[in-house]
Amino acid sequence: MTATVAPRRAAAVRPSTARRAARWLSEHLVAVFAAVAFAYLFVPIAYTVAFSFNDAGRSNLVWQGFTLDNWSNPCGAPDVCRALGNSIQIGLLATALATLLGTMVAFALARHRFRGRTATNLLIFLPMATPEVVLGASLLTLFLNLGVDPGFWTVVVAHVMFCISFVVVTVKARLAGLDPRLEQAAMDLYATEWQTFRRVTLPLAAPGILAAALLAFALSFDDFIITNFNSGSVTTFPKFVYVSAARGIPPQANVIGTAMFVLALAIVLAGQVLARARRRG
Amino acid sequence: MSSLGSVAASTAQAGGVTGAEGAAVPRRRRTPYLLLLPGLLWLALFFAVPILALGSTSLQTRVPGAELGVYTQTFRWANFPDALREYSPQFARAFLYAGLATVLALAIGYPLAYAIALKAGRWKNLLLVLVIAPFFTSFILRTIAWRQVLADEGPVVGVLRALHLLGSTGSLTATNVAVVAGLTYNFLPFMTLPLYASLERMDPRLVEAAGDLYANGLTGFRRVTLPLSMPGVIAGTLLTFIPAAGDYVNAALLGNPGTTMIGNIIDSRFFRVVDYPTAAALSFLLMAAILALVFVYIRRAGTEELV
Repeated sequence: MTATVAPRRAAAVRPSTARRAARWLSEHLVAVFAAVAFAYLFVPIAYTVAFSFNDAGRSNLVWQGFTLDNWSNPCGAPDVCRALGNSIQIGLLATALATLLGTMVAFALARHRFRGRTATNLLIFLPMATPEVVLGASLLTLFLNLGVDPGFWTVVVAHVMFCISFVVVTVKARLAGLDPRLEQAAMDLYATEWQTFRRVTLPLAAPGILAAALLAFALSFDDFIITNFNSGSVTTFPKFVYVSAARGIPPQANVIGTAMFVLALAIVLAGQVLARARRRG
Repeated sequence: MSSLGSVAASTAQAGGVTGAEGAAVPRRRRTPYLLLLPGLLWLALFFAVPILALGSTSLQTRVPGAELGVYTQTFRWANFPDALREYSPQFARAFLYAGLATVLALAIGYPLAYAIALKAGRWKNLLLVLVIAPFFTSFILRTIAWRQVLADEGPVVGVLRALHLLGSTGSLTATNVAVVAGLTYNFLPFMTLPLYASLERMDPRLVEAAGDLYANGLTGFRRVTLPLSMPGVIAGTLLTFIPAAGDYVNAALLGNPGTTMIGNIIDSRFFRVVDYPTAAALSFLLMAAILALVFVYIRRAGTEELV
């Protein structure tokens, strides 16, 4: 083998580099592809961040020059901060309610036997399989039939509705991964069912519940379609951006979008670092 | 509703503290129902009942001579074929664009998920966070940023014109290409996450075993990796297709009047024309079409796995 390969390698240096490049590419093809995919994911975000520093008057579509004014005065554009405030209030209320209700359902599904499990699973699954435009339109139809004026509270009701399913799925996944013998051990040590729940199950499920709450807040904060149907004259942040898209979006909206992005990324990364430190320590 | 939830929770707690021996059996049987009640009641009232209200509205007709937005229940089933006949192009377009976006997202998301799950090593968690990261800027802001990326003076059009893939006056602004690109972009993380979950769970020794049995890379992928990742493929395609088919934001912000999807029609029938029966009939048809598709999938994957 070696005798035949050696002269050939000496004779043809050039094809071998080409071959080496081809081999490198085939070995790293997936990595190269992933890098391109990440670029695709981040190009619009780079635009959003960059245009938060744009010295734009009213229309923030063309680059005018660098400025920090938008960042030093994020509430400079009328209504943008009021919309943000509404979004945060709705997000917190919807998250608290959906996390409570969804966690209870998840515990029932993961830890109890009961009749009607299939129907329960279906009722949890269907809202996730229904397009937002149908959820929004149907809920508005109900409110119109009941004579309820859409506003702040109808948005909270709608957000809780579509967040519950995602909370159930997230918490249930966490509970399914827990070792049931830990709970059995607590019971063997004469803990009551409630003590077992509070001292063993709940702390173990806490990361899943926290993740579900974060997901619920993100879904609520970023929702546009269902909110647009059920908000009447109340404006949330996504609705503000959509409505002002026709006239030109104030750069302050980009400031808020960028700030939320950095904040959320910092929270998630801090959580990752914390989890890693705890695993080591 | 919130008080209902806390009542149920406190009842469950009180039962847990007092019920020591004899009472324990009936209480334990009651616990799951008390846990389920508030959440399922909320979904029944604000998901199931509204769907019924939507169904009833879809069978109404205008009251002659009455003001705009007043309708009466007449069980006019012809509303459905009428709506379908008038808006079948928008229906077809919604499913075509959503299907294209799903295929493109799968083509981009699969290698991405594969690289993160199997090649990233210690960077796995960080890269996963970066896939979810776009969610944190507003969905609407990102879509508007796409409008800037695809604008005539933007980078994409410049490159395509230089490569003569686009004529010197060619444009992507307000085209169907922009709408599909926006849909693909917005729902790519929904595709990537379940794919990642199923690929990450896979035992890498199985692929090694295929290699030991003289399967080449492609055969190993086709016969081992791909079948094992099918739950992720099914969940990812559903999570991309469903929201994409009902979306109207991308078509409204990136398209033109010739690229309207069924979501745009439902939105404008509701708010601009105040034609509730047509909007309700279209919503109902959209939901029925999507559920039919979903249940074909569920028969292959099983409910528990998707939920």
